Amino acid sequence: MAILKVNGRDYTIDAEPDTPLLYVLRDELRLNAAKFGCGLGQCGACTVIVDGKAVLSCVTPLVLLEGKQVTTLEGLGTASEPAPIQRAFMEEQAAQCGYCIAGMMMRAQALLQKNHKPTDEQIRSALAPHLCRCGTHMRILRAVHRAARLMDTADLWPAEKRSAQ
Amino acid sequence: MTGGHYLLRAILGVIANVTWTPGFVLRTLKKPLGRMKKARVIGVIVAALLVGGVATAFVVAWQPALAAIDPRAPQSFDAALVKRGRELAAIGNCNNCHTVHGGKNFAGGLAVPTPFGAIFSSNITPDTETGIGRWSEEAFRRAMRSGVDREGRHLYPTFPYDHFTHVSDEDNRALYAFLMTREPVHAPPRDNELSFPFNQRLAVAGWKLLFLRAGSVRADSAKSAEWNRGAYLVEGLAHCGACHTPRNALGAERVDAAFAGGDVDHWRAFAINARSSSPVPWDAQALYAYLRNGWHPDHGTARGPMAEVVNNLSAVPASDVRAIATYMADISSIPAQDRKLRGEAALARVKSAAPTGADSPGASIYAAACATCHDSSRPPPYGGINLALSSTISSPDPRNLANIVLSGVRPVEGERSPIMPAFADSMTDAQLAVLLNYLRSRFTDQPAWTGLEKVIEEARRRQTASLAPPSASADKMQ
Repeated sequence: MAILKVNGRDYTIDAEPDTPLLYVLRDELRLNAAKFGCGLGQCGACTVIVDGKAVLSCVTPLVLLEGKQVTTLEGLGTASEPAPIQRAFMEEQAAQCGYCIAGMMMRAQALLQKNHKPTDEQIRSALAPHLCRCGTHMRILRAVHRAARLMDTADLWPAEKRSAQ
Repeated sequence: MTGGHYLLRAILGVIANVTWTPGFVLRTLKKPLGRMKKARVIGVIVAALLVGGVATAFVVAWQPALAAIDPRAPQSFDAALVKRGRELAAIGNCNNCHTVHGGKNFAGGLAVPTPFGAIFSSNITPDTETGIGRWSEEAFRRAMRSGVDREGRHLYPTFPYDHFTHVSDEDNRALYAFLMTREPVHAPPRDNELSFPFNQRLAVAGWKLLFLRAGSVRADSAKSAEWNRGAYLVEGLAHCGACHTPRNALGAERVDAAFAGGDVDHWRAFAINARSSSPVPWDAQALYAYLRNGWHPDHGTARGPMAEVVNNLSAVPASDVRAIATYMADISSIPAQDRKLRGEAALARVKSAAPTGADSPGASIYAAACATCHDSSRPPPYGGINLALSSTISSPDPRNLANIVLSGVRPVEGERSPIMPAFADSMTDAQLAVLLNYLRSRFTDQPAWTGLEKVIEEARRRQTASLAPPSASADKMQ
């Protein structure tokens, strides 16, 4: 038995300490945004945020999560009230098949929490661990920039605000 | 020549033209001895020796500037020569030190950390102001052979001329042709961060007297042509010992410990002689495959500074890589029978290994984070090496393992290459220590590492620094 903190709630989990977080999220908690892609930490589809950092949940066992705060895409926003990162991905129509996108959004979210105005290069470098076989890479790039503006708009100077629109 | 230099030559000429027999010294001293106090005489002798010593040092150290040239048109170099130079530059790994990560090729500026301070690599593009665009081939050859730049200044031996001194004139010509046909990049050199007396280039002349041995690599007619080619490359241009041989207090390679392992950029360059930590002893065939592909199923993947080396060696003639492997395998000495047997036992264990239960925190981390690849029985590069075969875990130095688990292995673009996720963000230092200790005890018969916590802390600090977003000024330059 272990306590797992997910999206601000404590869950008591009955699973072996070597159980990957992804299995617990999907099978026990029915939080299905994080996807099983390769199961080897090589594709990024299972990415969630742990203590502010993007983590591959398929290679992260429960034993590593004691006292840490897990955030999944469900914890950022909902279909009716999407978070800036979700809104930006929708507005840029950045998903094609969408399987990798939840992981991409989580990694982008972690990046934007650290770096409010990343360059193209920084976004590419941050998202490098994510594989996508569809054709929306440029839209994903635009969506991350858009999310940065959405998150930052309140703090922007008026001139920058206009150019951000 | 300067006036000062003439004077020094004159003083030395007088010293040199006298026959310094004991009788001469006594005769010369007798006269003044009668009148002077003894202490004063000693003072004069010491002063004379000092002047003579300094003068000698200057003459040994003094190197003329070679005339600046107007750069030749790149098209005037023979294309085949340039191609040969490209391959030689890859064997020499020139780009690794002379290019800043993400910067322009060969434009220099990379900090090379040494125990004496940071030394910055120079711009070796043919830029006429900040690079070597005004260097003649003679100046280039002199730099390679004796570590002196065109202006006559002594270069620090971070530029490994103790090895490059063995490079043939023919190969230097090709290297020169290759470098002079690169894109010129205007990039002023950065000042070294050395403390006194290491910031005195004269000191380098003394270092050379002690440690620079030109012409010490000779052909061995008892060995094959391939072996001799390997010796020429390994001891010369490829400068393997620069990382894999430990250095003495003055930063020179220890001749009594060739290839016994060294330190480079916070990584361990493993021992590649009989003291290698590889569970399965290396042979020429395995070495060739590893150097050529960057990985070997019985040994693992080249990472850290070695990644760049194998990347370069994938683009040179196969025969040269084979020669390097043949020579290295031979001088690493044939493994003793017990080592051979241990290696065979390790391979057999790997083949028959049954999954073990996750009965400790370390085992749990291993089961979820590592075993999916490293216990998969898929061979590299798509599967991970079985950790019982890992030199990294068997090594007495845990730095490489800490570095790799924290940073992972990024795939090489356009190549069949291994990939491993980074675990820096999913493990605390304490959790990483638990995992590393578990790997050490489960997969080796070696004693536990000491000071592991400190190593991990340092590795994370370095890793964090290397992943920091570019500074604001760097952004502006884009």
